[in-house]
Amino acid sequence: MKIAIVVFPGSNCDRDISWAIKNISGKKPDYLWHKERNFTNYDLIILPGGFSYGDYLRCGAIGSQSPIMNEIKKRSKKGTKIIGICNGFQILTESKLLPGSLLQNENLKFICKKIFLKVKNNNTFFSKKYKLNEIINVPIAHMEGRYFCNQETLKQLESNEQIIFQYCNDNGNINDFNNPNGSIMNIAGIVNLKGNVLGMMPHPERCSEEILGGENGIRFFRSIFESIN
Amino acid sequence: MKVKIEVMLRDAILDPQGNTIKKSLNSLGFKNVKNVRQGKLIEVDLNSNSPIKEKKKIEKMCEDVLTNSLTEKYKIKFLKNK
Repeated sequence: MKIAIVVFPGSNCDRDISWAIKNISGKKPDYLWHKERNFTNYDLIILPGGFSYGDYLRCGAIGSQSPIMNEIKKRSKKGTKIIGICNGFQILTESKLLPGSLLQNENLKFICKKIFLKVKNNNTFFSKKYKLNEIINVPIAHMEGRYFCNQETLKQLESNEQIIFQYCNDNGNINDFNNPNGSIMNIAGIVNLKGNVLGMMPHPERCSEEILGGENGIRFFRSIFESIN
Repeated sequence: MKVKIEVMLRDAILDPQGNTIKKSLNSLGFKNVKNVRQGKLIEVDLNSNSPIKEKKKIEKMCEDVLTNSLTEKYKIKFLKNK
């Protein structure tokens, strides 16, 4: 199992994810600087959270032009699993590896808190260790997390079961009141049509150890490890 | 030659910053303000003075990097050197 974490100037969750993966799997992932063009094969490439290029222009816009992204696009076509968390998700939408876009939160605030997510599809590489419709408690920390896409894309996401996580309350109700950022249909995480690229705003790496206040993220990583092996 | 690129959120997209500015203006007594949208202005300085020659390249810059066509629209204005 070979895992790489891409480091952009301004990434700040790269080490958190590395720590979580090492803790759960015993294996330490490699770091890849965003200027890399040639690198060995990996089973999984992670774009971590943070503020790549200081969120200048639009979140993820400049990061999506980094040299490594061309190679990541090629490998995603070949089936390499790619995950973008938070700023990583923004980079994936700006790179068009995932549909839609992430806009400024409706309340204009940076929201840093634990929220509830409903697992809408557990038949993916990234969610198979959860139960369908399971409610999990995961932290978010972002200012631009309002997922937006056009109606046509939304229909595709729905009919192809590409919506993996939706914001909800502790009873699993999905409504405006439990939507922290104004995302269309409370969307918190999606996959591409092929199912090998996932983007999500919440941070599973920040709830993969009891000392951090929760372990709901562990099965996210275990799902992936099982898919790889 | 300078090129000014005005970037605005598309009309259908909620602009919470614009709404906040609108509310602030209304509360300051500017009751005539019906709606506010906030965008951004990007100024690009080119070593060329020919809008005809540069138009396509500037449009490509806008499509590829400067704007996100899903959520934003843009207008290009060329300011030719005299």
